Amino acid sequence: MAIYKEEAIVLSNEKLSEGVYSIVLKTKDIAKEAIAGQFVSVYCNDSSRILPRPISLCEIDKNENTIRIVFRTVGKGTSEFAKYVPDTKVTVLGPLGNGYDLSKQYENVLVIGGGIGIPPMLQLARNISGKKQIVVGYRSKNDMFLYKELQKEAEVFVATDDGSYQTNGTVLDAIAENDLKADAIMACGPMPMLKALKKYSEEKGIDCFISLEERMACGIGACLGCVTKTKKKDHHSKVHNARICTEGPVFDAREVDI
Amino acid sequence: MNTSVDFCGINFKNPVITASGTFGSGQEYSQFVDLNRLGGVVTKGVANVPWEGNPTPRVAEVYGGMLNAVGLQNPGIDTFCERDIPFLQKYDTNIIVNVCGHTTEEYLEVVERLADENVDLLEINISCPNVKEGGIAFGQDPKAVLDITQQIKKIAKQPIIMKLSPNVTDIKEMAKAAEAGGANAVSLINTITGMKIDINKRDFVLANKTGGMSGPAIHPVAVRMVYETASAVNIPIIGMGGIVNYEDAIEMILAGASLVSVGTANFMDPQATVKIVDGIEEYMKKYNVSDIKELVGAVHEK
Repeated sequence: MAIYKEEAIVLSNEKLSEGVYSIVLKTKDIAKEAIAGQFVSVYCNDSSRILPRPISLCEIDKNENTIRIVFRTVGKGTSEFAKYVPDTKVTVLGPLGNGYDLSKQYENVLVIGGGIGIPPMLQLARNISGKKQIVVGYRSKNDMFLYKELQKEAEVFVATDDGSYQTNGTVLDAIAENDLKADAIMACGPMPMLKALKKYSEEKGIDCFISLEERMACGIGACLGCVTKTKKKDHHSKVHNARICTEGPVFDAREVDI
Repeated sequence: MNTSVDFCGINFKNPVITASGTFGSGQEYSQFVDLNRLGGVVTKGVANVPWEGNPTPRVAEVYGGMLNAVGLQNPGIDTFCERDIPFLQKYDTNIIVNVCGHTTEEYLEVVERLADENVDLLEINISCPNVKEGGIAFGQDPKAVLDITQQIKKIAKQPIIMKLSPNVTDIKEMAKAAEAGGANAVSLINTITGMKIDINKRDFVLANKTGGMSGPAIHPVAVRMVYETASAVNIPIIGMGGIVNYEDAIEMILAGASLVSVGTANFMDPQATVKIVDGIEEYMKKYNVSDIKELVGAVHEK
């Protein structure tokens, strides 16, 4: 699959909740090539920040040739992006990584997102043709970005850290409380959530695909900065490490040692 | 106009090569760069057996640069010879294999294994700050540099380049020891040991606590060290450290480097190497430089 480095143009920038922003970018080729679960590396316009920021694709519009990224401001780079106004030019590398494999048909898929792992679940839910339910975990009721948009794709169950909306607790608490059943899980979110889902899916004997996050440098598999421990020896590295940017970010939960 | 460089008896079409560890074995970046346009590709360090490397996080950004503590993860010499060398041989560019090890014996095993392979030069990494044994342990004591250089030189079939660490009191002493040991060239600088602390978590950003700093912020340090080394030894120098554009490359050449390695700049722009090749040509045209040799170490005459 081809990777493009291009100058994308900001079409819109919207604050969704405290510290969470949504930017739609007009691309030349990236949108055409991208699938759900892939990411782009976004370069800062301030050249003192030398590394691009890997950000997952929240939406891909192949007709309009646009991609949407939704991110939390966690440092100087993402704070720079948050200030972008329409027509700002941004250098973007992508699409990167493998994305979710949707070739296998399931009875019911639980699409699970936690915190800033929720954005890629929007495009994923849209692309799953069979039955699906969405489970998302937010900090609180005031933080429920993308909730209404997710509801357009499937039934959505919510867990909040402070119990201010629906289930008090984690996405697993929401699964239990609503007695949700599935034969596959596709998820993105913080590591404790992914670890819990790995354990849960192994106990239930169901497929589970998780998207991992790591600090990256090159984004294309050359620098070996972002790796995850793997159960088997990786075909490329010949050790128990797979590159999150290239073999991932989406892994079969059974195959990673997290 | 001649941009080609004779380096240890090997012709480089231009002085721009990659920096070990930033470019894999060229495969990934070949999507963005025509490798035929580079003077050479320096591979990621390879050891006698596969190495797991360090835990993550392995990389962190700092102002004008980055830290890495990958820890020389590599697939081992067998996979390297089967997969990576044949890939690079498809291109009209020199192949420089970076060799790493924990012990002298491990370095020697890799060097011996490469004796019959079609590679042009060996760069011996005695300066990685991110592995506990080997690496930098060989590169901070002139006696150790002399010893390992002599031992490798005895069995190497290709010219050897000793890659030097900036994490020393006097890099000239290390370069002289490499020269005395029979090294055909030296390359410098490897990364500068640094640390970043996350004030919110009150913890180290890198799992390894320390990491090697690279990127444009270290360029002046590298230029100074290349300049000092050029005045201390007669063997040629590969200059590296924070080169992100042709101006940085020319500076390094004027300080005394015959070849320049481009590393972290690849992360900033996957096409950085070829842009530097083009920029050097433009510079030579602008200043009517007929042969790039005129520029190597030119500031030393002043």
